[in-house]
Amino acid sequence: MNSWLAFVAVILLGSLAAALWRVWRGPEDADRMMAAQLVGTAGVGLLLILWALGEKAALDVALVLALLAALAAVGFVKATSPDGAGDPEEESPDAGTLGTTPDERTP
Amino acid sequence: MTLDLLRALASYVLTGAGLGFYLAGTLGLLRFPDTFSRLHALTKADNLGLGMLALGLAFQAQTWAEVAKLALIWALALLAAGTVAQLVSRSALVRGGR
Amino acid sequence: MAVFDLALCALILLAATAAVAGPGMFRAVVFFVVYGVLIALSWVRLGMPDVALAEAAIGAGLTGILLLGAVGRLARAGADEPEAPRIDWPVALATVAVAALLVWAVLSIAPGPGLAPQVAGMLPRTGVENPVTAVLLNLRAWDTLLESVVLLAALIGLWPLARGGAWLEPAGPLHHALPEGVLAGFGKLLPPVALLVGVYLVWAGASQPGGAFQGGTVLAAAGVLCIMAGLVRAPGMAEPLWRFALLVGPALFLALGVAGLVSGGFLVFPQALAKGIILVIEMFLTLSIAVTLALMVLGPPESGAAQ
Repeated sequence: MNSWLAFVAVILLGSLAAALWRVWRGPEDADRMMAAQLVGTAGVGLLLILWALGEKAALDVALVLALLAALAAVGFVKATSPDGAGDPEEESPDAGTLGTTPDERTP
Repeated sequence: MTLDLLRALASYVLTGAGLGFYLAGTLGLLRFPDTFSRLHALTKADNLGLGMLALGLAFQAQTWAEVAKLALIWALALLAAGTVAQLVSRSALVRGGR
Repeated sequence: MAVFDLALCALILLAATAAVAGPGMFRAVVFFVVYGVLIALSWVRLGMPDVALAEAAIGAGLTGILLLGAVGRLARAGADEPEAPRIDWPVALATVAVAALLVWAVLSIAPGPGLAPQVAGMLPRTGVENPVTAVLLNLRAWDTLLESVVLLAALIGLWPLARGGAWLEPAGPLHHALPEGVLAGFGKLLPPVALLVGVYLVWAGASQPGGAFQGGTVLAAAGVLCIMAGLVRAPGMAEPLWRFALLVGPALFLALGVAGLVSGGFLVFPQALAKGIILVIEMFLTLSIAVTLALMVLGPPESGAAQ
């Protein structure tokens, strides 16, 4: 069991590394923020595996991480709103990119 | 088959499936052409992966309190992921492609 | 797990380098948040779950909000993006020298139990079972008292930044959200759970990893989320209740420390009363830390009373 879990942990780290690449590349800020979310979710998964491998307190760390991981994203949508304190749902998309295909949009 | 063997089998299968879903979500993050499709792949696949991982590891728990904590962790991760996906995608929509 | 540890170290170095090396402030901040999560993982691998709890709460949560808010503020003020970083060779060489010195210092530490046996020997007299809490709140209580005062001083340093000098107004901008929308719903669902987890962390800190700072940070996050979802108004210094909440932790800590003069010295807790004293200190310190951190993350008042 332990060697299998260690293997799963290493593969999850690989998934985390892929998220790092997306943070570097992601053309839009939303891509970077969602990649950070992936890092958070993978982090929770890794902490659960570390708990199963013997570090009993890792479960509480996973709980705290799962609780607070969304806050950075909430901070992001607040920061990118027009007055720094708004909700993206209060604005209407107007033209935006709704209804266009990826080729029609400039990267 | 003894109970221990069944538990170990359940753990192996579920954590393996969870890993598969994580990898699928990561593949989507890397390869999908568009911000919104990437958001979608990430939200659905990753949290399902976390759920199966948590379920698989729950068979290794010693007490019911630990199982309850695992369930709480997954529920919180789902809540957070759903909210964040809605908010971030809405923000990306409103900003227009940038 | 050696492969895992090596890969984790490589990712940490990668994230740190990417945070300072690439163009774009937003990208750098996101890398910093990612770095925080990776560091929390490394603390768990090093067998320090108390530090990991604090890192996960502060590094991945509150610092993310703080820095992202700062980037947004700069963007709204129309600040230019900083030019692509160039290497400052004298600074780079000095940094490499210090890093090499640190590596040599760590590698030359003789392996051994450290101070763990002494702390374990004192543990029954400290009133708690978690050695980290015993060190923080009894054996080295002086450091924790100073930390709580430093936190307060940092918050006070924010108030002169208030718009129009109106530092008594509620902290931060006036947050608003769609009343029945996703953000408001999130702000109604998460904070009760965070409240429970925060209280649990403080309570459990006596016998397992946890403690006042960790619990206080989770409570601060719950409060910040409620305010950001537009559900409650931010606290302000005009109300005596909030001033009391800020001060009660450090003040009580100081008072109990002075009372210790009776039984032997400053911050000496008599063994029979130690558990009770530590519990009381932790409760009120958690309250103060939560309010201080929340006010710091929300920022100086800018609801703009005096335009």
